[in-house]
Amino acid sequence: MTSGLDPSQGQNQPVPARIRIQGSGVAPPQNGAAAVVTGAAVAEQHGFAPDVVFDSQDTSIYYGAKRALAGVSLRIRRGQITALIGPSGCGKTTFLRSLNRMNDSVPGFRIEGQILYHGHDIYGSNVDQVEVRRRIGMVFQKPNPFPKSIFDNVAWAPRNLGLKKGLHDRVENALRGAALWDEVKDRLKDSALGLSGGQQQRLCIARAIAIEPDVLLLDEPASALDPIATGAIEDLMHSLKGRFTIVIVTHNMQQAARVADRTAFFSLAPVQGEEKPIGSLIEFDDTETIFSHPRDPRTRDYVTGRFG
Amino acid sequence: MSGGIPDPTAPLIPSGNLRRRQIFSKITEYAATAAAVLAVAVLALVVYTVVSRGAKAIDWEFITTSYPTGVAPMLVGTAIIVAIGTAIAMPLGVLIAIYLTEYAGSRGAGLLRTTLDLLNGIPSIILGLFVFKLLVYHKSQSGFAGSVALAIIELPLIARGTQEVLRLVPNSMREASEALGVARWRSVLTVVLPSALGGIITATVLAVARAAGETAPLILLSSIGPLDKVTVDPSEPLANVPVFIYKLSEEGNPEGFATGWGIALLLISFILFASLGARALLARSKRKLASS
Amino acid sequence: MSGSATPALAAARAGRSGSRRKKADRFGDRFLFGICLAAAVVAVVVLILIVYQVFDGARPAMSKYGLSFITDTEWQPNFKVFGAGVPLFGTVVSSFFALLLGAPIAISIGLFLSLLAPSAVRGIVSPLVEMLAAVPSVILGFWGLLILAPFVQSTIEPALHDTLGFIPIFGTPQTTGLSMFTASLILTIMIVPIIASISRDLFVAVPSDLQDGAAALGATRWEVVRGVVLPSTASGVVAASILGLGRALGEAIAVSQVIGAGTAIKPSVFLPADTLAARIALQFPGALGEMHQAALFYCGAILLVIGLVSNLTAQWIGRRFSYQGVAAK
Repeated sequence: MTSGLDPSQGQNQPVPARIRIQGSGVAPPQNGAAAVVTGAAVAEQHGFAPDVVFDSQDTSIYYGAKRALAGVSLRIRRGQITALIGPSGCGKTTFLRSLNRMNDSVPGFRIEGQILYHGHDIYGSNVDQVEVRRRIGMVFQKPNPFPKSIFDNVAWAPRNLGLKKGLHDRVENALRGAALWDEVKDRLKDSALGLSGGQQQRLCIARAIAIEPDVLLLDEPASALDPIATGAIEDLMHSLKGRFTIVIVTHNMQQAARVADRTAFFSLAPVQGEEKPIGSLIEFDDTETIFSHPRDPRTRDYVTGRFG
Repeated sequence: MSGGIPDPTAPLIPSGNLRRRQIFSKITEYAATAAAVLAVAVLALVVYTVVSRGAKAIDWEFITTSYPTGVAPMLVGTAIIVAIGTAIAMPLGVLIAIYLTEYAGSRGAGLLRTTLDLLNGIPSIILGLFVFKLLVYHKSQSGFAGSVALAIIELPLIARGTQEVLRLVPNSMREASEALGVARWRSVLTVVLPSALGGIITATVLAVARAAGETAPLILLSSIGPLDKVTVDPSEPLANVPVFIYKLSEEGNPEGFATGWGIALLLISFILFASLGARALLARSKRKLASS
Repeated sequence: MSGSATPALAAARAGRSGSRRKKADRFGDRFLFGICLAAAVVAVVVLILIVYQVFDGARPAMSKYGLSFITDTEWQPNFKVFGAGVPLFGTVVSSFFALLLGAPIAISIGLFLSLLAPSAVRGIVSPLVEMLAAVPSVILGFWGLLILAPFVQSTIEPALHDTLGFIPIFGTPQTTGLSMFTASLILTIMIVPIIASISRDLFVAVPSDLQDGAAALGATRWEVVRGVVLPSTASGVVAASILGLGRALGEAIAVSQVIGAGTAIKPSVFLPADTLAARIALQFPGALGEMHQAALFYCGAILLVIGLVSNLTAQWIGRRFSYQGVAAK
């Protein structure tokens, strides 16, 4: 692969041509594909063209006896940003974390139905958890940089993967990709814990894209940040769009409206055979539709702020 | 640049160097498990040896008569020495714990905690030298001297253990009684201490378990007590269990070894049951405090 | 007035009832504070007294032999010739050997108990490890003398000598198994549970979001441990190891039972040796006169200084240790 870390977004930094592919439509498209879908260039080179990355089929999740999520069916498409919105406790984070098996270590975790990733059952019997997470990266709600230098935070995962050649370029590209390079290039050896919250979160994104995953899962990545840092993260998502399939959980509807192509609305809903309402997928559609012509009245109440 | 996922649609089995990394990771997991198994095996081996060899020696006569047929003087001596040591250490330890949680400023508390940790870390043989110099030098050995050394060993254990539990007593309890104008000392004695009682007992039992097997200071302070009759006067040297075992191991006499296993079994059973019981009690009283 | 308020009200009324009561309370408050403070002072004074008395007991030997006592290897009580070189060497070697062997095992156990073991296994193994720490040293020494030493002599010594005999420290097997090597093994058994339980607590406290962050980057379990868990607990683990080392340095009883009371520095670990603490335990009760006692006090003073320094170092490292926060701000 000649890869997709395009740091040139919005900056006039010289970038070697061989690592230049599409950003979000800024760089010239290659491989003859349209700019919007070239995030999938990799697979297309190999002759695969199914643009469904995740296919969740009637997925239910239990923690012990407690059912946390009921029968979610949805398809997440390649190169798009898919937002999961809804009130707290509605299972959206639980669903997100089940996409790369981060829930496995929770005691009592159990899943019914299935989640296919490029057609493979993520919870299949011979699936390697580590391989799953290598392809499907995740950024968490609270910035969690390692207590290491800025450079080592980004270089850590590539080193594990044996990607030691051109490591410095890789780190630089990842930091540029996360729109952090200019702020930290003179202090790469300083501790990452000295960065501001917004910078730490962008560092975590840089860390995730340094190994060029297929999918990025973002769990309320801006909820712990101030509005300016939040804006920076949103800009960043626009610039990453196309290169990665992105799934983002957010409780901020404007954010979903600004960044997402498709939006899924989760909420607590009565489920047959359960006493209490359970987290369920209410509606999933183009973001435009969800916010302007939602089909379900509950979605309409939520997006217009009449909820609760 | 290479390094992306060559083919995201490939089956989710290890790609690249992952198989090698997974094998290495598994090896380290097995090694860590083996280390835990090793520690448990050593404990099992020691306990098994003591039990299997000691059980043969133990009968009613062994416990109730004096040497050479029994070990009653050592059991009584150890009980007396440890009891006096605990009687010194427990009130001091509890008072220190109250001082730490209720009164001390941060600098005083820091100094006191450092002191307790240092006391706890001093080799017990050094405590033997210290008490020897203080109480035995130019005088004679005594059970009491042994008790003083054991008290110094027990003090930091009781103080830190009690303090851990006192810290768990919710501040709301103190504030509630102080808001009503109840004097500090009354609320400490009637509210704080009673709710921490379980923890104080636990800390004391653990300290007793530790002191009962402590040998080094007693070799210097109470090693010449009579083995052939039960004596109870702590101003005289008292025979005791650990020094007795130590001397048997030095003598190299097989019959002595048999006796040694027997008395070792009595000692180790007491210590292990006491510590297990204390831990169970601690877990219970912590739960109680946490829920209140 | 509700029933639950009644005792509180009674207490409040009691607090207001009369000046005699108030006087009693003022006295009670002062008295409790006074005895608590006194107890705290006692602890500090005892610590100071220990240092003073041990050095005071060592004074005759200190003024006679000076600092060369530390390096002199002659120890002949009959001729009043004393030098602590041999036991000091034995103390350092046996303790470091025990640490070298014990720390990796103990840290592994800590990792097993905190990150690997299912909670049911943890609930059983954790107290067992702590019970190993509760076994009195005299019983461990007794077991070492009668069970471990013969096994070391018959099995481990020949095996090590045959495979690694080209290194002088694994010399020819001896007849008793009482040696520096056996003493080090016993010390290892003593320090492993100490270091293991402290490291377990350290590892448990590593924030799970750090570990999740590492796992989400496609790291294996070992890589998470190596990359995140160990680095963020390193200073605490070092402090725990120093505490274990301090325990090993000061252990008198179990060591004196299995080390064979050697009188010279030998290259082979299969030969008898001695440590400062073991020598005090073995020779003090039968000391030949005041100078012999003073020389043993001098050994004790050296041990005390090493012990206090290592303990303070561990405390200092342990206190400096923190995660420095992974919070956003």
